[in-house]
Amino acid sequence: MFPFIFEWIWDPSHMVFMGGLWYALGIIGLGMTYCIVKAAVDTVQGKGGHDH
Amino acid sequence: MKKGHEHKNPKKYGMVIDLDKCTGCGACMVACMAENNVPFKKDESNKLDSITWLRVYKLTNNKPYPDTEICYLPRPCMHCEGSHGHSPCVSVCPATATDYSTETGIVSQIYTRCFGCRYCMAACPYHARYFNWWDPVWPTGMEQMLSPNVSPRMRGVVEKCSFCYHRYQLAMEKAYFEEREDLEEDEYQTACTEACPAGAIVFGDLNNKGHAVYKLKSDPRAFRLLERLGTNPKVYYLSSREWVRRQGDNYLEHEETGKARQKVHH
Amino acid sequence: MDSALIPNGVKRCSFWQFYLFIGAVGVVLLWGVLAMLLIWLKGLNQTNMNDAYGFALWIWADLAVIALGGGAFFTGFLKYIVGKDELKNIINYAVLIGFICYSSALLILAIDIGQPLRGWFIFWHANVHSMLTEVAFCLSCYFAVLTIEYIPLILENRQLDKVPFFHNLSHNMHEVMAVFAATGAFLSFFHQGSLGGVAGVLFGRPFAYREAFFIWPTTFFLFTWSAAACGPCFTIMLTRLIEKVTGKKLVKQNVIDLLAKIAGWMLLTYIIAKTIDTLYWANVTVPELGQTLAEFYSDNALYKMYFLFLEIGLFGFVPALILVTKKGRNNGFLLISAVILAVLGASLNRWVMVLQVMAVPVLPFESWNLYFPSWQEVATTILPVAYGVILVALSYRYLPVFPQEKALNPIDG
Repeated sequence: MFPFIFEWIWDPSHMVFMGGLWYALGIIGLGMTYCIVKAAVDTVQGKGGHDH
Repeated sequence: MKKGHEHKNPKKYGMVIDLDKCTGCGACMVACMAENNVPFKKDESNKLDSITWLRVYKLTNNKPYPDTEICYLPRPCMHCEGSHGHSPCVSVCPATATDYSTETGIVSQIYTRCFGCRYCMAACPYHARYFNWWDPVWPTGMEQMLSPNVSPRMRGVVEKCSFCYHRYQLAMEKAYFEEREDLEEDEYQTACTEACPAGAIVFGDLNNKGHAVYKLKSDPRAFRLLERLGTNPKVYYLSSREWVRRQGDNYLEHEETGKARQKVHH
Repeated sequence: MDSALIPNGVKRCSFWQFYLFIGAVGVVLLWGVLAMLLIWLKGLNQTNMNDAYGFALWIWADLAVIALGGGAFFTGFLKYIVGKDELKNIINYAVLIGFICYSSALLILAIDIGQPLRGWFIFWHANVHSMLTEVAFCLSCYFAVLTIEYIPLILENRQLDKVPFFHNLSHNMHEVMAVFAATGAFLSFFHQGSLGGVAGVLFGRPFAYREAFFIWPTTFFLFTWSAAACGPCFTIMLTRLIEKVTGKKLVKQNVIDLLAKIAGWMLLTYIIAKTIDTLYWANVTVPELGQTLAEFYSDNALYKMYFLFLEIGLFGFVPALILVTKKGRNNGFLLISAVILAVLGASLNRWVMVLQVMAVPVLPFESWNLYFPSWQEVATTILPVAYGVILVALSYRYLPVFPQEKALNPIDG
């Protein structure tokens, strides 16, 4: 899973497979970070609650 | 399956079992159990959940008396090479807990890494892989008798015949000490080979012209189990009886034994 | 008692009635939990699996719930990527069902492995050539996506929505949901396929083995296809079920009709592809390996030729032909029959690709292996059903799962 684990080999099959995995994890992680940070900023700016 | 390891003289350890000589005595099974600390239960009557790295099958020609014939067939792990080490079990193990050695041709099993998904068992057509449904329980005092060279396995992992790999390791240690890189034929022999009173099991390097198995594998009586699947096993059988050879693989009615085209998998 | 938590403008049964129901289902859940604990503490000897039957009821359950949970990714794909906007009225429910299916699959996998504490080895020591590795990675990632898709619905609960941060979080997650849905679809196409690959790559088992396109056996594509076809059918089936239980219409017919039509065409094309695949396998692959189709369906008490006809005919072509015709979809009885048959079809296909694979002998001197699960296996397989019923009930009661409920069931005064 990581380059420092001894099964890791720099061959195309590993790159494609792990590339796909880290790409998906990256989108999930970045997407959620964006949502949470933006929600926090919006909340500090006084948006949300019952006023809509 | 690891790429990038090139060995100067890659070995391919394998076995040739002469079914014409096998009497079905079971000494190979006993020797294997003792050598490899194979666990057993009080009640061993259910063969579907007891562990036998080497199992002797009883084959019959299905003919009524007086034409009935039987044949005993010892079945260790076939240490399949598949195509370029792509053996049925190695390629499916999700945690790299089983590996095909390009150095020895032996399919290993790493017990401490196996997490017991049993995919390899589903993949093996020979039923050579066994699951530890229980933790091993040794009769009182038997712990003292276990082989110190083979680690006992825990509940929840898969195990199988290793071609007595610890014997290879011990022999190689001695060879390195004596500044040799290769082993003599008799330096590394499996427990079952040594135990067979009929001398039916011959073990050695299939790549080494000096070893008995090299010649025997080309014997006209030789066949391997389920060759057509492309598993490329390293255990050969010898039988002069056609019905025995025919039971070694699946054939359509019109097909002749041993002549069917073998599939190659990549 | 809990009226402050119930969405505005909808009617729910009384608190006591609801919790009596939850309690009754909870008993079944506890039975499953007991079996689960027994298995974790005592090991897999609590099952009736054996060395010939290493894959059994649980792996089937895993494959089946993942196929049926495929309604979530395919509905999401249709709504967010293809742009079928009407499906917004059923997507929450599809996501909820998907969430239940995938969490169940992960739980069953955790019970099924011999050394559960080493489960993380599949990630850490990953063998990228194993189909199971791909399944584990995509399954876990997609479960994260489903959780992300389910969270905004939870945050829309009347009380939670009052908290400004939760309100904003839910709003922001909705805004970028298309990105998550696209990732989910990407992951699903792969893991549904890999589950097909699990059996398809077994070249030691002629019954399971299918020849490959590039690196993927044909089952890879067939599994994804059938999940996309039968998953939405499962969503429709459970929509009809919850409508029956609550006595209300919850989703407008045009939404159901659209989903059923797409599922129907997917199912029809799938079953044609499946038929071609079966014919090729039976006439080319199997004879090359020295066997005949008849050998896989004879000399045993259970697996006969009718399995093949059931899967492809009654559970395949019949529902597909009903669903692609407008008349079929508009007839309540035919529609529900078709989606039930399709769900049975996917389940039977997974059954065959797991349990029959193990049952068929490969060595000519071996015989068929049949197995019957232990009560612990049955209880742990029913456990997710009980858990699913409870989660659906709680979600329906407290969350705005069906956007059209208010309009379809106006409350007087």
